[in-house]
Amino acid sequence: MMSPIKLSLLSAAAFIIPILFVVLIGGYRRLLIRMAFSVSALASLISVGAGILAVSSSAAEQLILPLGLPSLPFHLRLDQLSGFFLFVVGLLSFFVSIYSVGYVTGLAAGKPVKRLIVFYNIFIAAMFMVCLADDALIFMVAWEVMAAASYFLVMFEDGRSENRRAAYLYMVMAHIGAILILLSFGVMAGIAGGFENFTGYTFDAMREAEFPLKWATAAFLLSFFGFAAKAGVIPFHVWLPEAHPVAPSNVSALMSGVMLKTAIYGIVRVTFDIINVFPWWWGMMVLVLGLVSAVMGVLYALMQHDLKKLLAYHSVENIGIILIGIGLSMIFTSFNLPAMAALALIAGLYHTMNHAMFKGLLFMGAGAVLNATHERNMDEMGGLIHHMPWTSVLFLVGCISISALPPFNGFVSEWLTFQAFLLSPSLPNPLMKLLIPLGAALLALTGALAAACFVKVFGVVFLGNWRGLSRPLLTKVTEVTEAGWSMRIGMMLAAFTCLCLGILPAIIIKWMDVISEELLQTRLITTSGVYDWMWLTPVDPERASYSGPLVLIGIAAVCAITYLLLHVKPGKISRVPVWDCGFKKLTSKMQYNAVSFSMPFRRIFGFLFDIKEQISLLPQRRHPAFPVKSSYYLRVRDRFWGWIYKPVIDAVVLLSRKAGMIQHGRIHVYLIYSFVTIIVLLALL
Amino acid sequence: MKPLRYILIEMVQLIVVIAAAPAFVGWVDMLKCWSQGRASAGVLQPYRNIAKLFVKDVVLAGNASWIFRFTPYMVFGSAVVVGSVMPIISIDLFLAPSADIIVLIAVFATARFFIALAGMDIGTAFGGMGSSREMMIASLTEPAILMAIFTVSLAGRSTSLVHIVQSFASASLTLRPSIVFAAIAFIFVVIAEAGRVPVDNPSTHLELTMVHEAMILEYSGRHLALIQWGSMIRFFLFVTLGIACFLPWGIAATDSAGDIAISVFLLSLKLGVIGAVIVLIETGLAKMRLFRLTEFLGAAFLMATLGVISFFILE
Repeated sequence: MMSPIKLSLLSAAAFIIPILFVVLIGGYRRLLIRMAFSVSALASLISVGAGILAVSSSAAEQLILPLGLPSLPFHLRLDQLSGFFLFVVGLLSFFVSIYSVGYVTGLAAGKPVKRLIVFYNIFIAAMFMVCLADDALIFMVAWEVMAAASYFLVMFEDGRSENRRAAYLYMVMAHIGAILILLSFGVMAGIAGGFENFTGYTFDAMREAEFPLKWATAAFLLSFFGFAAKAGVIPFHVWLPEAHPVAPSNVSALMSGVMLKTAIYGIVRVTFDIINVFPWWWGMMVLVLGLVSAVMGVLYALMQHDLKKLLAYHSVENIGIILIGIGLSMIFTSFNLPAMAALALIAGLYHTMNHAMFKGLLFMGAGAVLNATHERNMDEMGGLIHHMPWTSVLFLVGCISISALPPFNGFVSEWLTFQAFLLSPSLPNPLMKLLIPLGAALLALTGALAAACFVKVFGVVFLGNWRGLSRPLLTKVTEVTEAGWSMRIGMMLAAFTCLCLGILPAIIIKWMDVISEELLQTRLITTSGVYDWMWLTPVDPERASYSGPLVLIGIAAVCAITYLLLHVKPGKISRVPVWDCGFKKLTSKMQYNAVSFSMPFRRIFGFLFDIKEQISLLPQRRHPAFPVKSSYYLRVRDRFWGWIYKPVIDAVVLLSRKAGMIQHGRIHVYLIYSFVTIIVLLALL
Repeated sequence: MKPLRYILIEMVQLIVVIAAAPAFVGWVDMLKCWSQGRASAGVLQPYRNIAKLFVKDVVLAGNASWIFRFTPYMVFGSAVVVGSVMPIISIDLFLAPSADIIVLIAVFATARFFIALAGMDIGTAFGGMGSSREMMIASLTEPAILMAIFTVSLAGRSTSLVHIVQSFASASLTLRPSIVFAAIAFIFVVIAEAGRVPVDNPSTHLELTMVHEAMILEYSGRHLALIQWGSMIRFFLFVTLGIACFLPWGIAATDSAGDIAISVFLLSLKLGVIGAVIVLIETGLAKMRLFRLTEFLGAAFLMATLGVISFFILE
């Protein structure tokens, strides 16, 4: 039996095989796609196994690779926390790789499939290595490889200028984040090992170091904002809704589902494991940013009518929800309430896993829709439930899960977060006692708005009739066909996982509770006697309990009994044209679409956005009271862009233009520059 | 025979919930008719309506999908499940631990999710309008309802309804400001959730104002019967949830038949009074404009937040 860490290393290494396939059998497109993604799926499955073993085993394992810089070898470590993230990343990669077989085959012939396969595999392997890294060096190497690989994946359709722009924006943000993380490691390594040698670069050395508060704060702030830029926390989110939609959908699923989670991993690793002792305001900051991201993310999502952009904004929302759990946990930890901290942390991590599953599922579904309709604008779609029955059911599972509705998984983590909020009265600080419950209200608002948003998504895309507003002739709805089997299987597995995580949370939380033991030295009280797999009682059975299986069985049983009772006598169903209060001239253009559905929300929450709305009428020649044609224009902009990004960009452009003045292009001027530089240096040194 | 007793109590409660909900709605309608100087059709009219709809055939729009046909069962099923979990006639329910108060609200939200989808299924403008408005109202109601729950569960030190009821029923009758604020907020919320007058008018089919009715416009026959019955149970359950949280006195603490009989009697008394209060609100107020609802529900949220704050400051 191989040890988990070697197993995980093997799985990361196995991602080379598909890249070899590209070299060896690159000419046979279909064969290449099948073989390459099957191997990726297998390799991901191995890491799922390694992750499960690592979480179940009691001790952390370490490994020193004979690679790296001279006398600075790479250190790897697989403990419960990294095992858990390995499991999450591996599981979604497994589903997505199966899905990719069908999805990539369905891409148009001219698309650079080979490039996709190469970077897809490098990307997943790099995510595994981020989870395994145990020193700053390999962490940064893996982190940057991950960013670079995903950059090329975002650039997949580089023929369009907006994609290049999105990829560029992504690259800039990823690098600002990486620099901050690097600086943070620098601070911690400096404290841990001094500036004379390099011994401080391992996480082990950092763990043992005692950080003075100001340096700990500096390291935390640097690393938190660095990771926040990757996770898409507001206000660092601008790249996310640009980059995720333009990548191929299987890549979007991975980027949204698990790449953002590596940033969560980084935050948990640095705060709970490496720095370990912190004042309460760190947690408060994380909590507030989480709440802002959650509410603003979902509101932005509501305003979208591009399917993938909408899903990308929902990632901002869900990262916010995860950070709410982590922030609460940090607050509880700093007031030395480990049992409550454990509950909040588990809530955050459980949502991490849930979000990976349902967001992966939703992006895969969006990819299936995209492949079938060649359309990303929801207002063009409609009625796809009749043409894509499988995809629609699976997508519905994702919608219910992300809307935090029982009995699916999103609800469980949100419920746990509410329970954590309800424990806030134990905090000694009276002001926090008053303010933290308001956070729970914001979380409730987020959940309800997410439900509204997914009623909109599912209703507009899958229900009603095909709209086809701008090009009614180009895409005929009859040409829309169901996704292939490999895509369906990938989505089915993800949907099934969503259901399992929703109705059997007690088993899974018991399994992952070792993480709270590792980081906070306490466990949750999850058991409540017999049949404890059925009951989720995170604090105390007296205090709160939830039984997913019973709720599911109850609803299913009542539905079934009612159905049977009503069908004892065969009832007649007659299919007729739509009634609609007797209004006869109903066309598919008159349906509510994404823009009209979100109109009440625009009215209420519009002050948070930069909205420009214009209705113009073209009057008839005879009399202006009878317009012949009207047009509607709506533009919703992110205020953060104008507040933060535009001034920064303007300043940078201005500075570089000023700096450009010393460039003349004449060789003798440059020679004078170098001459002056040498003189100055000689004079100074 | 302990298990048999448990099942018996559960059955009694289910029968009370399913059977009494139309009567409660009938009672409210009757009082409303009287207060507006109209002749009423009696308490039993909702039963007649439901029975009539069950007999009729289903007429389905040509492009209706399975969502449209599944939703009535889902609405009814979720209402019945909540009715079996909530302590209404007795606190000794063996299914009660399977869902706490947050779960109950979320189960209702699931039903609403489906009904909003069904509204969009046919592709009429009315359906989409209803769904959009319903989800907007729901998203404003949810924070208020959560804050009210928060206050109650802070006071009861649990989110499990049974424990909340226990701790309130055993406590002496003192006026706690936090609970009063929460109760006021809860009344606002029930009106919004049940679609009663200042928020939505259940008896209108005027296109500009309808919300819930707009979503179910295309339903007919047994589907419509199930949805209407489900909505009645839902209304009934929101009121009994309020009773459980704020007026729990008299609920059966033991499983003796006498206690349960008293409990049922007191429950019907409370429901009668609350029905009268609802009618007073409905006849006294006009339906609000849709975008005035932010103020209405904002007030509910404010009340609930005041409840939380006064709990921390005063208690």
